[in-house]
Amino acid sequence: MLYFARWKVAAILGVIALGLLLCVPNLVPRSALPSWAARQISLGLDLRGGSYLLLEVDMNAVVRERVESLVDGARTRLRTANVGYMNLAGDPNNRHLSFRVRDAAQVDAAAAAIRELSNPIPVRGSPTGATEPDIAVTTAPDGTVTAALSDAALVARAGGAVEQSIEIVRRRIDETGVAEALIARQGQSRILVQLPGVEDPNRIKDLLGRTARMTFHLLDENANPQGTGAPPPGVQFLQGETRQGGLPERYAVRRRVEVDGANLSDARAGQDSRNGEWVVNFTFDSVGTRRFAEVTRQNVGRPFAIVLDDKVITAPVIREPIIGGSGQISGSFNARTANDVAVLLRAGALPAPLTVVEERTVGPELGADAIRAGVISLLAGAAFVFLYMGFAYGLLGWFANVALLVNILLMIAALSLLQATLTLPGIAGIVLTLGTALDANILINERIREETKAGRTPIQALELGFTKASGTIMDSNLTNLIAMVCLYAFGSGPVKGFAVTVAIGTVVQMWTATTLVRLLVSWWYRARRPRELPV
Amino acid sequence: MLGFYRPLFRLVPDNTKIQFMKGRVAGLVVSAILSIGSVILAIHPGLEQGIDFKGGITMEARTPGPADLGRLRAAVSGLNVGDVGLQQFGDADTVLIRLPVQGEEAATQQAVSRVRGALEGAAPGTRILRTEAVGNRVSDELFTGGLIALAISLGAMLIYIWVRFEWQFAIGAIVTLILDTTKVVGFLAVTRLEFNLTTIAAILTIIGFSANDKVVVYDRMRENLRKFKTMPLRELIDRSINETLNRTLGTSMTLFLSALPLALFGGDTLSGFAWTMLFGIVVSASSSIFIAAPILLFLGENRLRRGTEAPKVAAPRPPNAAKAAAATQGAAGPRR
Repeated sequence: MLYFARWKVAAILGVIALGLLLCVPNLVPRSALPSWAARQISLGLDLRGGSYLLLEVDMNAVVRERVESLVDGARTRLRTANVGYMNLAGDPNNRHLSFRVRDAAQVDAAAAAIRELSNPIPVRGSPTGATEPDIAVTTAPDGTVTAALSDAALVARAGGAVEQSIEIVRRRIDETGVAEALIARQGQSRILVQLPGVEDPNRIKDLLGRTARMTFHLLDENANPQGTGAPPPGVQFLQGETRQGGLPERYAVRRRVEVDGANLSDARAGQDSRNGEWVVNFTFDSVGTRRFAEVTRQNVGRPFAIVLDDKVITAPVIREPIIGGSGQISGSFNARTANDVAVLLRAGALPAPLTVVEERTVGPELGADAIRAGVISLLAGAAFVFLYMGFAYGLLGWFANVALLVNILLMIAALSLLQATLTLPGIAGIVLTLGTALDANILINERIREETKAGRTPIQALELGFTKASGTIMDSNLTNLIAMVCLYAFGSGPVKGFAVTVAIGTVVQMWTATTLVRLLVSWWYRARRPRELPV
Repeated sequence: MLGFYRPLFRLVPDNTKIQFMKGRVAGLVVSAILSIGSVILAIHPGLEQGIDFKGGITMEARTPGPADLGRLRAAVSGLNVGDVGLQQFGDADTVLIRLPVQGEEAATQQAVSRVRGALEGAAPGTRILRTEAVGNRVSDELFTGGLIALAISLGAMLIYIWVRFEWQFAIGAIVTLILDTTKVVGFLAVTRLEFNLTTIAAILTIIGFSANDKVVVYDRMRENLRKFKTMPLRELIDRSINETLNRTLGTSMTLFLSALPLALFGGDTLSGFAWTMLFGIVVSASSSIFIAAPILLFLGENRLRRGTEAPKVAAPRPPNAAKAAAATQGAAGPRR
């Protein structure tokens, strides 16, 4: 009990000094620190104000798009392979497409042609990086060929779509100038976006809610878009941005994508020098420039549609070949919408639409109120607990109080080291830790009392008190840790912060109670050599 | 200075010997009635589920002057976004708007912006302080996630206590924890406090704390089982509870004292959490004594100790006997 090896004392004091040092960065603004030292506790959105958005990638759209591209591909392939077919149709709901071959002898040729449309996807869990096709092609005796997207393909597509979306979302948000935005993948098909300081996330939600896929198509001049009939194969009827006589314009747009927006290298909002209208100027990369020049050269005099998210923005007639690789979109833009479209085009298209499935936005004034309330509670709770311990356990209680202060210090240090985010529930966690932090000390002190009552000498009572209590401390705190691990694993957002705080507090208190208090007691005992313990 | 040096008071005087096990049936009956009542209340009228679990939209808005609730309500009701709940929240110029979950995920965000627009139209200069919108799918997941967290933590504790003690202890603890949890749920139903993710955090904290409490009492029972080999279980349990009573009440007291300011000054978001905690602390401290111990007595009467009705040779021990017993502690004991 009395003897503490010198290295042990040094280690205990060292830990406390280190804790103190780790707390220091929190006192200075982050910008004033070199990056290696900037390990601070950051405030959660509920405290500093800001917006938390959970976006979900629309997997149905991803599947639909893949099935549609398979249908398009199948049409071309079968024609090249000279296979007669009928009833070619995609069924996105069941994730497959099917058609019937006219001549039963050609079934195998048709299946082979369709198999060539498959994309390789990595086999899950394969260390060698083996791949498998993303579609399973089956044939029936009556000449029906079916190609179905496999489950693995769906998972791979979802993963790919989410990864790609994160990149695009990041670029779009960067463009808006929000500092310290956090964008992370969440589960299978979701993206978490945290925007500190954003009080009204409407503009960002608008930007994120658009797929922004821009494509250039030729119009089909033979089809009548105003009619009620179905469009001919390879053509779709799309609405225009502008209205004519109360009804939106309709265009018969060929499905074939002549040039893709992915081939853009830049897009900027600007004003037309002739009429002052807002326009978006864009530049193609080398592939886009070549494609654009080729298409415009071959189709002079025909209308050319610029389609953004299934809406025709404009469909001007090509007057002359455009070979410079740059162009202009004019629509009914104002300064803001032109700028937004430019941002979207620069950032690229989302592979699928995103839906906001959860939003939590807190204004900064509310956050400030919350911090004030939390700090008042913390101070009041600390004062109550402090006085209680001191008065109920005397000297040993005051030792425990010293440990409590170190406890808070080390908790802040640990949270800084982890660069944890302090949330409102997290503050509650710290306040509650004040209460539970003393549990180990109470256990020890009660033991010491019992041993003293049982007639032991002070030194024996102290020794037995600490050793006997340690097993109980272990058992009782582990149950607490179990609860917090469960909370962390299944909780979400701020609740996770609570679990982390309480778990750290529990571990720290086990250490301070059994080690630091013991050291303090041994110092006191050696200095005083009391004949009886003040318990 | 003397006051700082020696303890000023003691929650329970030394040598307290309350025969808790005499009231074991009463304790269990009262607890069962409270828990069953809680479950009934939780089904009907049910819990006030927050949007975390129910889905929907909550907005807090501050109007430039005192809020004209009627006018604001009229503005929002015209939007066709479902039943609108509008109430004053704290100050006279702050209103809380609640909307039910919208049919489609995508419709939720449209509803948010329409409500925002309507409020700004009805009372120009209104600022939205807080928006929370949770869609259908997410709320279902949050709800199942919360329940899974509860179930798994109960299961994990069952296993932990089983491994560290005996199965009777584990069963006693888990049944008690379930009874505690149902009472907390009943408290939520009675007080109409919102049941949301934060409440689940409070319940899990209570479970952790309650289990911690039971483990301390059990620990002492286990120790005494080894120490007093022939003491009847009932007497032994009473003795163990009395010995740990100061600690049980002391720890509950510090936790209570730290949670009290949260309930009083913690603001609207935290006070529900803190009141739930305070209730749970009281429940868990009493259940350690009146529920967990009696269950153990019933389960363990003939198993933990053979010959329960043996002559009480070792009943009250002089200190030197305790010393002798401590020396042999751990040499033999119940099945481990």
